[in-house]
Amino acid sequence: MNSIIALSLLGILNLFLGFWLSRKTIQAATLLFLAGSMALTAMDWNHEMLWYGRMFHTTNTSISFSLIIQLAAFMVVSFSKGFGIDEEHTHPAEYYAILLFSVVGAILMVSFDHLIMFFVGLEILSVAMYVLTGSDKRNLRSNEAALKYFLMGSFATGILLFGITLVYGATRSFYLTNIAEVIATTPQASTPVFLSIGVLLIIVGFLFKISAAPFHFWTPDVYEGAPTIFTMFMSTVVKAAGFAALYQMLTGPFGSLYGTWVYPIYYISMLTLLVGNITAVYQQSVKRMLAYSSISHAGYLLITLSSNQASTSSTILYYSLSYTLATIVAFGVVMLVAEYQTGRTEKPENFSSFEGLAKQNPGLAFCFTISLLSLAGIPLTAGFWGKFFVFSDIFNRHVYYPVILAIIMSAIGVYYYFKGIIAIYFKEGDIERIELPALVKFAMWACTLGTLLLGVYPSIVKNLF
Amino acid sequence: MYLLFILLFPLLIGSALLIFKPKNAFVLSLAASIIELAATAFVLQQASSNPVSFSAPWLASEGLYFSLYVDGISGVLIGLCALLVPFIIATTANTDRANNSQFQGLMLAMQTALMGAFLAKDAFLFYFFFEASLLPIYFLAAIYGGENKNAITFKFFVYTLFGSLFFLIALVYVYLLTPGPFHSADIEVLYQTAKGLSADQQGYLFAAFFLAFAIKMPVFPFHTWQPDTYTVAPAQGTMLLSGIMLKMGTYGVIRFVLPMFPLGVATWGLTASVLSVIGIIYGSIIAIQQKDAKRLLAYSSFAHVGLMSAGILSGSIEGIQGALYQMLSHGINIIGLFFVIEIIERRTKSREIAQLGGITQFSYPLTVTFVILSLGSVALPLTNGFIGEFLLLKSVFDQNVTLGIIAGITIILGAVYTLRLIQKSMFGNVSRITSDFADLTFAEKAVLIPLSVLVILGGVFPSTVLGFSEPAVQQLIQWFK
Repeated sequence: MNSIIALSLLGILNLFLGFWLSRKTIQAATLLFLAGSMALTAMDWNHEMLWYGRMFHTTNTSISFSLIIQLAAFMVVSFSKGFGIDEEHTHPAEYYAILLFSVVGAILMVSFDHLIMFFVGLEILSVAMYVLTGSDKRNLRSNEAALKYFLMGSFATGILLFGITLVYGATRSFYLTNIAEVIATTPQASTPVFLSIGVLLIIVGFLFKISAAPFHFWTPDVYEGAPTIFTMFMSTVVKAAGFAALYQMLTGPFGSLYGTWVYPIYYISMLTLLVGNITAVYQQSVKRMLAYSSISHAGYLLITLSSNQASTSSTILYYSLSYTLATIVAFGVVMLVAEYQTGRTEKPENFSSFEGLAKQNPGLAFCFTISLLSLAGIPLTAGFWGKFFVFSDIFNRHVYYPVILAIIMSAIGVYYYFKGIIAIYFKEGDIERIELPALVKFAMWACTLGTLLLGVYPSIVKNLF
Repeated sequence: MYLLFILLFPLLIGSALLIFKPKNAFVLSLAASIIELAATAFVLQQASSNPVSFSAPWLASEGLYFSLYVDGISGVLIGLCALLVPFIIATTANTDRANNSQFQGLMLAMQTALMGAFLAKDAFLFYFFFEASLLPIYFLAAIYGGENKNAITFKFFVYTLFGSLFFLIALVYVYLLTPGPFHSADIEVLYQTAKGLSADQQGYLFAAFFLAFAIKMPVFPFHTWQPDTYTVAPAQGTMLLSGIMLKMGTYGVIRFVLPMFPLGVATWGLTASVLSVIGIIYGSIIAIQQKDAKRLLAYSSFAHVGLMSAGILSGSIEGIQGALYQMLSHGINIIGLFFVIEIIERRTKSREIAQLGGITQFSYPLTVTFVILSLGSVALPLTNGFIGEFLLLKSVFDQNVTLGIIAGITIILGAVYTLRLIQKSMFGNVSRITSDFADLTFAEKAVLIPLSVLVILGGVFPSTVLGFSEPAVQQLIQWFK
């Protein structure tokens, strides 16, 4: 809990640091702040508590998710080499500050016990993301992406808020515990119809945020248009926070309405898997492929959500962590290579600009390979166990069709992820050695080794709680 | 602890080679593989009296343990793996691959994956290594392969991965039926659990398991990746694939399919056997027509493995014992034969059978070893191939006479394509490209002569191996009955 106060204050401090410090120092300061807030978050471990008039709830689950979010932010800051292309148009202090604020929003989203608190968290995160998406302000694509994201996002927020209102109307409370109580005690016949409608509207709002089909149309454009460093942030932090919140919402207050929400989730998960994977196959741009792959991963996570087992929260946690580690490296390499290729080729983010990367950059190629293998779910990497836990959760429900679909989609996934591996290792190209700053190197190897460690020894995270 | 050593030692040296890229990679990897062989021999020595095992919690909350063990069945396979890898590494001597630390490192990494699959007692651990072994071999084949390697190796990867995914879900299904709350994927618990399943369930599970192994072996009609991959992979990659990796498929059938799903085998076993036998005949006929010697061997391997599969599916002691023995023999013979083709290709730059001829006039040792290895491959009495094929044919014959007779044709067809290969390449007129064929070097002899000796020894003293595996096979068969 102290971490959100600290992060908010440090974010404001960050804004002022911009007057005095250089870009490098602000980056170091931001990393320091994040490390500190992670320590503060971890201190609440095993101290389950309610704060702010019972609106904010720290549990081990919420702490784990908060840590993943801050870890992702830490890695993203390490990867950032300053924003924008030239010195004149960058505002590092502001961006780092916005990043810290958005982390506060994300933490609120995973620890709420009150719908308004949740909504505030979501908006803090979303508004920060709209700004960051458009931060490459002289780039047309970036502007377009920001506008698209903002318009679509506002719609989704509206729908979500409408859902919250209906739920409030039906239960006369914003507190999750009270809502759960009211729903459980009211007999089935006298439950107002608009309660179910409210729940479904809330789910629709969420599905937009986590880019599940058919609410995914903004994702590829926004992911592609946004500066890669923020795509990295968006695809990891927003997703992890969104799933944690959705899980908390569905299993907490709406747990007894399982029959109402499970079928939409169930069908949407299958649709998401289909759309995400099949569209990803046709992409020429690695960044866009990763955007569709993020849609498909939302599909896997929705499957486990629909199973609603005791182990589901740890599955989501594990999956989010493995996905976060792999995605950060994947987008990081895309960023580095595209930066190198800008001006050399027309489309620096296409598979063709990755050709021959392994010759001069074996380390970069190795990290990229491991991250793609993890996303594809090949053993030895964390992604394999993520998929394994998802399958075993849904099997416990004796539901088989989504699993069979998910298996086929995994095989298709191997196809498009391997396009990247084939390009970097087995195609001819003339990429010189790309010099990496020490921090980027650190972040890349930390994520890669983390992926391998989780792949060989999954119990360190799976058995946390 | 010894088991952990023989599992991880190759990976340790292999990753050291990959990271530090030493100049003398060949000596290091050869030494490592010989140490591995000695350690494995020591473990087998111990296992001959009592099964050796090792277990540590892996994902204890889910009931998954990092448990390894060596009994009579896995013992044969780890013996095969440890025995063949030094030879395979030795075949790189004096080539540009010898001191290529990447190449050697990947081969050693591959050895760990293979050893792991054979050693695993926990089914998920088996799956883990079963899949992980795809990575090093994929990179070996895709980096060092021949023409059109990208498309072919990629097909190989996706095809085999796709099959094993079905294995994974079927495995998860059985695993979740094991007594909770902690479930277990220990093989014996799985045997026990699968016993309670209905014939219908066993049928589906049999299909899912068998599909994965059938693709790996491969069994007709899932073989389409195999000839291309064997042809395009570098010789050492092909040796690893055909000598050891395909045995993961047959081993999987013995270890999982038979004891877990006897009712499934009762329903679908005959269909699978028929497919295997079709593979034998089909593979042999296509092998006869091949122009490329490496491709011919690929099809011959396909035919041989079909017989192993049919024998195993008969579910008799002879079938399993024969299959185990044949895995060992086939591994020795096929890597020897692939090496002969590799030697010919190194000197003549060609594998076209029609372009070769008269090599015996230049290299007598090559001809002799080639003939011995070939005779082992066509299962002449007194060679190692005879013991395995005889037991396998007997088991198929006992199960179904018609099938046995058809499968028996394999011996004749095998003789046709193998002898044709020898005749066209070794004897006859000297061709343009064989006219300055150099005799075998010391390193080449050092591989081929021991392998030939093993072919004969295997034919004369089969009881060493068969006696070693018998108790475990007896025990396994109890589950099947």
